Amino acid sequence: MSKLHKMPIVVGLIGLVACALLLEFAVDVGWVMQLVVPRPSDTILAFPEVQEDMDLFGNFFVTLGMTAGATLLALVIGVPFGYFLWRNSQYGVAYEGWLAAAFAAPTVLLYPLFLVIFGRSHATLIAMGFIPGAIPIIIQTRQGLLGVSRTLLNVGRSFNVSDREMFWKIQLPSAVPTIFTGIRIGVMYTLVNIVAIEYLIDFGGLGRIVSEMYFRFDTPGTYASIIAVVFVSVFFYWGFGRIEKWLRPV
Amino acid sequence: MAQTGMIDSKSTDTNLSMDGAIRRIRIVTAVGLVLAWEVIATLGTVGVLYNDVVPHIWAIVYAIYEELVSAGFYRDLGITFAEHIVGFIVGSIIAIFVGIWMGTSPLVRGALEPYLNAIGSTPKIIFLPILFLMFGTGIESKMAKGAMSAFFPVVFTTTLGMVLINPVLIRVGKSFNLNKWQMVSKIYMPAMVNPVITGLRLGMAITVIGVLVAELKFADGGLGYRLGIYYEQFRIAPMYAIILIIFAIAAAANVGMTRLQDRVNRHMAPSTSKGKKTTASGGLGVAPTN
Repeated sequence: MSKLHKMPIVVGLIGLVACALLLEFAVDVGWVMQLVVPRPSDTILAFPEVQEDMDLFGNFFVTLGMTAGATLLALVIGVPFGYFLWRNSQYGVAYEGWLAAAFAAPTVLLYPLFLVIFGRSHATLIAMGFIPGAIPIIIQTRQGLLGVSRTLLNVGRSFNVSDREMFWKIQLPSAVPTIFTGIRIGVMYTLVNIVAIEYLIDFGGLGRIVSEMYFRFDTPGTYASIIAVVFVSVFFYWGFGRIEKWLRPV
Repeated sequence: MAQTGMIDSKSTDTNLSMDGAIRRIRIVTAVGLVLAWEVIATLGTVGVLYNDVVPHIWAIVYAIYEELVSAGFYRDLGITFAEHIVGFIVGSIIAIFVGIWMGTSPLVRGALEPYLNAIGSTPKIIFLPILFLMFGTGIESKMAKGAMSAFFPVVFTTTLGMVLINPVLIRVGKSFNLNKWQMVSKIYMPAMVNPVITGLRLGMAITVIGVLVAELKFADGGLGYRLGIYYEQFRIAPMYAIILIIFAIAAAANVGMTRLQDRVNRHMAPSTSKGKKTTASGGLGVAPTN
């Protein structure tokens, strides 16, 4: 028991397997309706079927492509805009509150507007991914540049470096970890919004598969596709977390 | 002394000119946005660009007025409000208990954290089919969705609040031989009020979005349903009106919770351990999603 106390992940895994077995048994004996919750074994077996039927991997790359496109657009616009707000401090202070309010606003509800403008297309997905992605990138770029250590700036000045060199050799490198935090938050929100809109409008990649499986009353397939989305989110979250740790070692 | 006075008045002048400049920038930006909007709306009216997609501002203001005087709007507002409140309360209560459990037991925290992180960073809307299967497409599934949305920010902040309680306070409680209930009521609860309220504020905002998005998918009432109907009928001005009303309600709820938090902060002494290391994992730093 004391050994288990030192391995909480193992305890978590044992708990997960125990829950799955209990659910399998509960469905088998009829305590839980199979139409509502399928057997875990059926869900696992549904993965190859969903792949064959709906091209799970192909659609993963569709969602990935949309997320990458929206993130790229957010980067291209967000980083220079954040830089502008840092260079022109009055604009930075003036827009600071607006940006914070926009970040907290339920922007996902804007999708009917984009549907009207762009139709049921990839442009709508990219636009809806861009909005929540760009805002944290703008905020964090400005914050990163504002937070550069005074000591580093003084060192630069003592070496008589030009403004350009000061920016490229001192300010930007020391702001990179904070900017990357903005990128990580931006990517996660972009992914979340894109999958949500895919599900809502039955268009695009993984979100559409979940919706379609539900409409077919394929319960194991629905659960399998939902688990696939969870895996993708975890992959993104873990991957960007690792990069952020690497950029910010202390 | 006179020199200090001169410096003070100089810095006050600089602050005043900065404030003036910021106000000017805000006004010019707002006026510019309104003008740009009207230009696009006019271009739409004459059939050059986005016909009817961008209505005139007066049309949107009139649509807001029409919504506010219509009985149907209040019926839908009531449905959304009920779904939100029930979901928020249920999700928050469960989250506070789970958060306390995780905060007091490193084993439970280590075992549950990876799974909570995984689901916490996933778009919750993707679980709607499961909720529809379990609770049907009525208001119960929206309440469940609201509870799910509220759960994650509250559980993360409650756990963090528990983990960061200053160990000195706990030792003081133990040295006074406080029993379990006294420890909870005299030590843990006062120290955790601030992080829990932060979580509740986040949870409230995310629950609003979660419920509305669920209504947009399948519902027969609620503001999200109303928005969806206007979209299907291509009634653009009322669509903007509903979106603006929702944004205003969400902002008001957020301001209310922030004020509550400020009041609590004023009454509470800092009682958390600043130097204590928590897990770097996002469980306690993840941005919970709707």
